Amino acid sequence: MKELEVILDKNGLIVAFLIVGILTWATDVFSKKALNGRIPGSALAIGLALVLGYLGGVFAEGEQGLADISYFKGLSFLGGSMFRDFAIVATATGASFLLIRKSGMLGLISLVLGIGLFFGFGVALGWLMGYRDAISLCTIGAGACTYIVGPVTGGAVGASSEIIALSIGTGVVKTIAVTILTPVLAKWIGLNSPGAAMAYGGIMGTSSGVAAGLAATDPSLVPYGAVTATFYTGLGCLICPSLFYLVLSTLLG
Amino acid sequence: MIKGLALLSFCFLAGMWCGALLGSWLGIDANVGGVGFAMAFLLFSKEYVTNKGGWNGEFGFGLDFWNKLYIPIVIAMAASLNVKSALSSGLLALLAGTLPVLLAFGVVKILLKQVNPEK
Repeated sequence: MKELEVILDKNGLIVAFLIVGILTWATDVFSKKALNGRIPGSALAIGLALVLGYLGGVFAEGEQGLADISYFKGLSFLGGSMFRDFAIVATATGASFLLIRKSGMLGLISLVLGIGLFFGFGVALGWLMGYRDAISLCTIGAGACTYIVGPVTGGAVGASSEIIALSIGTGVVKTIAVTILTPVLAKWIGLNSPGAAMAYGGIMGTSSGVAAGLAATDPSLVPYGAVTATFYTGLGCLICPSLFYLVLSTLLG
Repeated sequence: MIKGLALLSFCFLAGMWCGALLGSWLGIDANVGGVGFAMAFLLFSKEYVTNKGGWNGEFGFGLDFWNKLYIPIVIAMAASLNVKSALSSGLLALLAGTLPVLLAFGVVKILLKQVNPEK
């Protein structure tokens, strides 16, 4: 037993791969079997990870969630800013100029509207809840965009672990809300053509929520929504920690 | 594979550098949009390499691996955050995650009406 402990302790990153893999597998099975695939497995896995982070915080009484338990310390390395930012940049391979041209003016308008709307609303709610500093408000607003834009922005402007956790939680709730509400409201908003799906993808932004929501509405629309949703995270990561942060810090003095 | 990975690394470092430069130029101690710059660089590089015919399966794999690893990384990150003290603001996460979505559905409806007024 002592040997295993040494090995687990020495290979933290590999242990983290194993834990995340098991978690993903379990939530995928749960999503397919118990929920008929209605909620994306990735959103469930991130939600469950937040719960584990909470339990870690309760048992280890630290500030790094589950990573404060020494066997799981590799999680903070795998989920640290270096790997995170590197992997996010790699997601840009899914985009191309061909796609940009395809989504066109309507796509661009919907993207700008969508990011502005979610960021602004998130900041306003953060303000109402008593947050007053530009760093926290900016991270909360970015989290209202997606659970990727939140931590990237928080990491860039130097937000606390607590605020970053809050921004991811917000993003996860958004993904689930988009997934559930899309098939319900599709008819009302007129979501019935490729162009409409592109505008919808650009405004909602959360790729997993958009894909799952469209799949439940009309599977043939999924690729069109995905075109614009792909750009949402990239554009959000570009303007939230730069333009939006500068505007906020100017406004707040 | 390693060529694709090297291209990704180059774009990443160049983007981070731009973000850091912009940050110090603006006088704030933060990396301003480094990730976004890096993504833009990668987009241009991809276009260039594709036009030159160098973007094959093996080359793309080096990037695609990291593209697919990003959800697992977010999972690891979520599990290693200070969730306990964030829980006191859990209501904010619920509100900021749902209310703007409802509003956004309304915006989509209006936008689509503008584009297709005949319907």
